[in-house]
Amino acid sequence: MTALVRRESGVDRRSVIVVAVLALVTLTLVVLSVGTGDYEMSPGEVLATLAGSGTKAQYLVVMGRLPRVLVAILVGAALALAGAVFQTITRNPLGSPDIIGFTTGSATGGIVTLLLFGSGPGLVSVGALVGGLLTALVVMALCAPHGLLSSRLVLLGIAVSAVLVGVNSYLLVKANLEAAAQAVGWLVGDLAGRDWSFFVPLAVAVAVLAPIVFFNGRALRMLEMGDDTATGIGVDVHRVRLTLVLVAVALVAAATAATGPLPFIALAAPQLARRMTRLPGPNLAASAFVGAALVVAADYLGQRLLESSLLPAGVVAAALGGAYLLWLLLRRRA
Amino acid sequence: MVQVTERGTTMRTSVSVRTLVLVGSLTALVAVILLSIGFGSNRLSLGEVLHALFAYDGSYNDVVVRDDRLPRTVLGVLVGMALALAGSLMQAITRNPVAEPGLLGINHGAAVAIVLGSTLFSVTSPGEYVWFAFAGALAGTALVSVIGGTRGATSPLRLVLAGVAVQAVFVGINQGMQMVNTHNLQAMRFWLVGSLVNRNLDQLSVLLPFFVAGVVIAIVLARALNALALGEDTARGLGANPALVRVAGMVAVGLLAASATAACGPIAFVGLMIPHVVRTLIGQDERWVMLISALLGPVLLLGCDVLGRLLGSPGEIQVGVMTDVVGGIAFVIVARRLKAVRR
Repeated sequence: MTALVRRESGVDRRSVIVVAVLALVTLTLVVLSVGTGDYEMSPGEVLATLAGSGTKAQYLVVMGRLPRVLVAILVGAALALAGAVFQTITRNPLGSPDIIGFTTGSATGGIVTLLLFGSGPGLVSVGALVGGLLTALVVMALCAPHGLLSSRLVLLGIAVSAVLVGVNSYLLVKANLEAAAQAVGWLVGDLAGRDWSFFVPLAVAVAVLAPIVFFNGRALRMLEMGDDTATGIGVDVHRVRLTLVLVAVALVAAATAATGPLPFIALAAPQLARRMTRLPGPNLAASAFVGAALVVAADYLGQRLLESSLLPAGVVAAALGGAYLLWLLLRRRA
Repeated sequence: MVQVTERGTTMRTSVSVRTLVLVGSLTALVAVILLSIGFGSNRLSLGEVLHALFAYDGSYNDVVVRDDRLPRTVLGVLVGMALALAGSLMQAITRNPVAEPGLLGINHGAAVAIVLGSTLFSVTSPGEYVWFAFAGALAGTALVSVIGGTRGATSPLRLVLAGVAVQAVFVGINQGMQMVNTHNLQAMRFWLVGSLVNRNLDQLSVLLPFFVAGVVIAIVLARALNALALGEDTARGLGANPALVRVAGMVAVGLLAASATAACGPIAFVGLMIPHVVRTLIGQDERWVMLISALLGPVLLLGCDVLGRLLGSPGEIQVGVMTDVVGGIAFVIVARRLKAVRR
């Protein structure tokens, strides 16, 4: 309760510190990430170049690598915000878009577009959006007799995503080798080769969608206390819920379109943020920063972990996120 | 403790229903075996199938049946039995309607071990696969058991989530290994889908001891599992050792899941659906549930395989894809039917 009082009395000091530290961590990872590769640069050189005083060669290298980490930051923030929204609305820490199948649905939509109409971030975004929304609709319709708050939602989501995983692998088997290879690369969740053409649509989507989430942040916090309480305070529960679900699905779709489905970021980021700030509620800003730091870190680890080859960020996220979920389950028993 | 119950499940079922289900299952099994042998890119009539089986004279059709369709069908029967038996064992041990080797990441544990084996030790034949698969399946079983908890009635949700988490870790490791060794990717990619194609009877014979050991343990345990269903204390009173039964049961699950996965890749949902259907048909007597499941598992697997050949022609849809789709839909129905879902 003290935490709530702290939050109501204005901006929480601990949250500010957490966000600042996370921003610093992200920046460090960005500098490390931009500085490493075939052409190595020291962190000092990277910073100098970013500030405008590097050589022409250094400038070109930095500009070549920058969009990749910027995409990582936006994708992480988008997934984390969507996760925070869903976990709050379903009042279930496991009610995050990747567990309940929306990410897989976005992936299905993405592959269908990729295989039928060819690649291109814009087109794939539309496919991912449609796929994610359709999956959201199906899961919610199946869950309808019991309501979104039922823990059945998670089981149904897992079931629906099992079907979609089958559909996805069928699409891959059916496609010609070149298209299949492209789709496989995208399905893993990878940041390799993400240039400005990926960054721009993603940035536009996040710039439009994220403010809507933050604008509804207070209402979202009220929703967590129960529909009746929220209505009592004057929140239009149904409108807020519908808006936020749509926006969150769109955020997942935009992120998925940019990098392919990155697992567990939407699940873990809001929960880690909550642990760090020690505040209840959605913790939107902190979640977004944790998400950004996680994806940049996963991408960086993937590039550095093994000498011989580059691991996609999605593989790192799957292994780390799975381990996190295991830890979560073991802890909940105690 | 919330006991998870389902609609339409009765403890006592009359003997005539069981006999009816048994006869029906046997008929279905024979029918699906004939379908599996007769159906393919060139369709054979029942007469031609019987000719190849009982009056082999080396004609083209006979060779197709003997060298291609027959091994495939035998494999389907064994794998279907193994998966369905493993599922019914797990459901009895955990008293949890969603327990299943595919969904809980055990098949993927076996798969990871095989990929590890082929990457690190250049293991290539199923005979060598199967040891890695067994180790991986046991590791997966142990992990899920620890996390999901095998004592008494565990929450379906908790167990499934444990499976999702274990599976994510395994799949992540798998993809990582494939990225490191691209030579592996091509072979492993198709194997990981789950398919009955391109096997021969020699490979099968290597897996058979694992399969048989699993089946024998399951048969020995059947009575004790019935006792366990009555509760820990009652089981002890009836002379069963609950801890021993659980461990032995999980070893059997590991053996069965490992032989199935080594033979044709990770295949999900057969172990979920079949025992579930059987329980609603004939009640909870584990001996009967296991027997009928062992008969109906192949019906589902071969049925999916034939359906995959039908829908995918001129090529085929791999059986692993078919079971994912069919099983996922069945799982939706199961999830909706659960009365009490506890977190």
